[in-house]
Amino acid sequence: AVSLPFAVGQCGNQVGCRFWDLALREHAAVNKKGIYDEALSSFFRNVDTRSGDNGPDIYKGKICSLKARALLIDMEEGVVNEILQGPLRDVFDSKQLITDVSGSGNNWAVGHKIYGCQYQENIVEKLRKAAEHCDCLQCFFIIHSMGGGTGSGLGTFVLNLLEEEFPEVYRFVTSVYPSGEDDVITSPYNSVLAMKELNEHADCVLPIENESLFEIVNKIHQMINSGKLGSTVKQNSLVTSSTGSGKTLQEKPFDAMNNIVANLLLNLTSSARFEGSLNMDLNEISMNLVPFPRLHYLVSSLTPLYTLADVNIPSRRLDQMFSDAFSRDHQLIRADPKHSLYLACALLVRGNVQVSDLRRNIERLKPSLHFVSWNQEGWKTGLCSVPPVGHSHSLLALANNTCVKPTFIELKDRFMKLYKKKAHLHHYLQIDGMEQSCFSEAISSLSDLIEEYNELDATKGGPRIDPSRLKIAV
Amino acid sequence: MSIVTVQLGQCGNQIGHEVFSALCSDIRGTHGLCSKTENESYQDACKERFFSEEESGVPAARAVLVDMEPKVISQTLSMAARSGHWKYNSHSHFCQKQGSGNNWANGYCVHGPRHKEAIMDLVQKEAEKCERLGGFFTIMSMAGGTGSGLGAFVTQCLRDAFPTSFLLNHVIWPYGTGEVIVQNYNSVLTLSHLYHSSDALLVHENDVIHKICAQLMNIKQISFRDVNQVIAHQLGSVFQPTHTAGGGSGYSRNPLGDLLEPLVPHPEFRLLGLRNIPQMAESSLAFSTFSWPGLLKHLRQILIANAHMEEGIDWQVRPPQPGSSMPSTNKPLHFNTSIANLVILRGKDVHSVDLGSFQDPSLYTSWLNPQDAFNAWKTPRAFNKYEKSAALVSNSQFLLKPLDSIVGKAWNMFASKAYLHQYTKFGIQEEDFLDCFTTLEQVISSYTNL
Repeated sequence: AVSLPFAVGQCGNQVGCRFWDLALREHAAVNKKGIYDEALSSFFRNVDTRSGDNGPDIYKGKICSLKARALLIDMEEGVVNEILQGPLRDVFDSKQLITDVSGSGNNWAVGHKIYGCQYQENIVEKLRKAAEHCDCLQCFFIIHSMGGGTGSGLGTFVLNLLEEEFPEVYRFVTSVYPSGEDDVITSPYNSVLAMKELNEHADCVLPIENESLFEIVNKIHQMINSGKLGSTVKQNSLVTSSTGSGKTLQEKPFDAMNNIVANLLLNLTSSARFEGSLNMDLNEISMNLVPFPRLHYLVSSLTPLYTLADVNIPSRRLDQMFSDAFSRDHQLIRADPKHSLYLACALLVRGNVQVSDLRRNIERLKPSLHFVSWNQEGWKTGLCSVPPVGHSHSLLALANNTCVKPTFIELKDRFMKLYKKKAHLHHYLQIDGMEQSCFSEAISSLSDLIEEYNELDATKGGPRIDPSRLKIAV
Repeated sequence: MSIVTVQLGQCGNQIGHEVFSALCSDIRGTHGLCSKTENESYQDACKERFFSEEESGVPAARAVLVDMEPKVISQTLSMAARSGHWKYNSHSHFCQKQGSGNNWANGYCVHGPRHKEAIMDLVQKEAEKCERLGGFFTIMSMAGGTGSGLGAFVTQCLRDAFPTSFLLNHVIWPYGTGEVIVQNYNSVLTLSHLYHSSDALLVHENDVIHKICAQLMNIKQISFRDVNQVIAHQLGSVFQPTHTAGGGSGYSRNPLGDLLEPLVPHPEFRLLGLRNIPQMAESSLAFSTFSWPGLLKHLRQILIANAHMEEGIDWQVRPPQPGSSMPSTNKPLHFNTSIANLVILRGKDVHSVDLGSFQDPSLYTSWLNPQDAFNAWKTPRAFNKYEKSAALVSNSQFLLKPLDSIVGKAWNMFASKAYLHQYTKFGIQEEDFLDCFTTLEQVISSYTNL
């Protein structure tokens, strides 16, 4: 089954670039014979480019030229141009790009209303073309940030379009949320306006916070430089490393952080691409982790962050990997799931891990976690045989947990601080199609979401009263 | 008579492969411990039952492989072919690309009708290859979306297309602490639907087999492959050829009928449990000897005390005193009442075995004569390197507690309405759930009041 990633905006495309780079590396490590197989086909087309870029797709046999199934959208050219001049230039063709020059000025309304309208036809056409090349399109991924104008505004416009044009295809969104110290003053506006769209049109959202990524990068630097490890770390095993980089210093400032997000997406889709004893497809993630339509925000954690190169040092105990997945150091957003309520939890394991390892660790970790009363055994598990590059095993944990509530409350507070003073509002309201009601509806949508989490939190720790069963006449 | 197997979903296909592997390895083994003619009879009967002859000379399993995503079938086909001793027919499989998303409604309401023709076409082709069709055996898990939902739909289609054939569903019950979060919903939907179209449900519980792997087989890092191989061994011990009591000198010609007719006397009681003894790591086999009285004593207590294996049996449990009329609520705690039982003995000295203890009327409800409630099959041909082995297929209260637990958890979740939107989206409404709960509460009540 095929997944189609969309990168929208600067952040989205920078992450996207890392993603394609690491995806190629992962497949190259597994696919030794150079045959175009089912695993490759989920992210790449195989094109016969001998007679030029417009050659036909080749569905079987040797790999000729791999083209990413992707759409790269940005209203500025800088990032996309860089990608097209870099080592990945042959992986994309012009039919997959939509760019403009002036950017969105960090204004959701410009991205959503102006560019949305302007590029709608173009986007739909390119989308249909990309979908035509897919044997069976299962899922769209949108990668974007919430705080700016393009990723946030145009990104959520695209989300709407996807629902209209392909209602049966799942929509997963990886959203980078702005921090409190974000230098874009209007980021709370952009984020809340975008949240309404995510609430209503996304199947699953994986919120990411830059602080968490930054802390992970720091932790790794500290470990490497402290000499505590006593041995070299396998460079290619770092969750922050790019392909072929023999140095720990990254070329571009956000590369290390973006690689983490790229690894998240690779791990998320690993069981759909590679074989294993208990497969986990993306539609299963949506099915099991979303008990009520709007409660679809998932906290992700990745482990391990690195592997030691020295084979004489025993690999970190498997159980430690499971413990780490439930430690805040490995989460991609700052939140406290252990002290909040789990609605559902998924564990996607890769590598040489068997069902007994899974069971043992679930039994061990369960007692310290609070699960909602109607889902006491709420675990979804997957076992994929192929580990990530540089590792013997890895774990991605996805939690649907009320711990996202504080993040949303903070966002709401920052929004209200600006909104009460009507600060910068005119930049938005002067855009055709924007009205005060867009703001009030957006904040109302966010408040409702927070309220849903509140209601669930209220049940935590309360007495467990199981509903009485149906009585049957004997 | 031949049995056509339908392997459904990841679990069904993974297990199916282990089953045919085990059957093939058993007939090729040299540990039959019986006469050459006996062995040849056994091999021929097994081949007729489970394999068809192909021009290549490599026997092809009488099976249809169905899945809504391609990876597992692809693996299954190539693993079988690599064995060199058997394979699957290269055309007898059907798969799609997108999976069922662990969604029973998707499997049943969408994939089922959409692919009915193609799947039944394959089944028809396999059935036609059989000189005499003995019935169908489906393998599925009830926790996911394809095996469970599409499996329930296909079972119905089989019933409609072959109304007079025997239809036995092998159903895997998932680990209690979750493999799939909506597994209890999928289970309730599956069980209630199968109850209406299948002849019987032969059940394996992952938790139980896992314990066998850990405690009896001493496997340290238990994989699904290990679990599936134990299941395959247990199934083989039931379905490999045997002589039935009144069957004359040859091997039974009607394995499914011989199993189902005595074990399912009443349509309300279709749940069959399976126990096998002895079970151990192959490395220990050479050092162990068993006596029939010892094996049967353990097997009988496993039955009575509702134990899962030969370790940890509660020997305190006794059947109620004969002669006293006891309302079911006064029956000794933990005593497992049986409706009917089948014991299958394989190996050395089977002819001399005394099975009287299994005919004790106090083990059974009063509906059938003890002679009818209990049946035995035997063969001197040893199975899978065990000098002596005994299997028990039981229609009793074995599955009552696990069933009650599943229904309870599903009901708890249903009361909160969690996940229902995922099902209604594909056509299963709240009323459909309620019907299924009602069916199963009825089954629970019936088994409780034995």
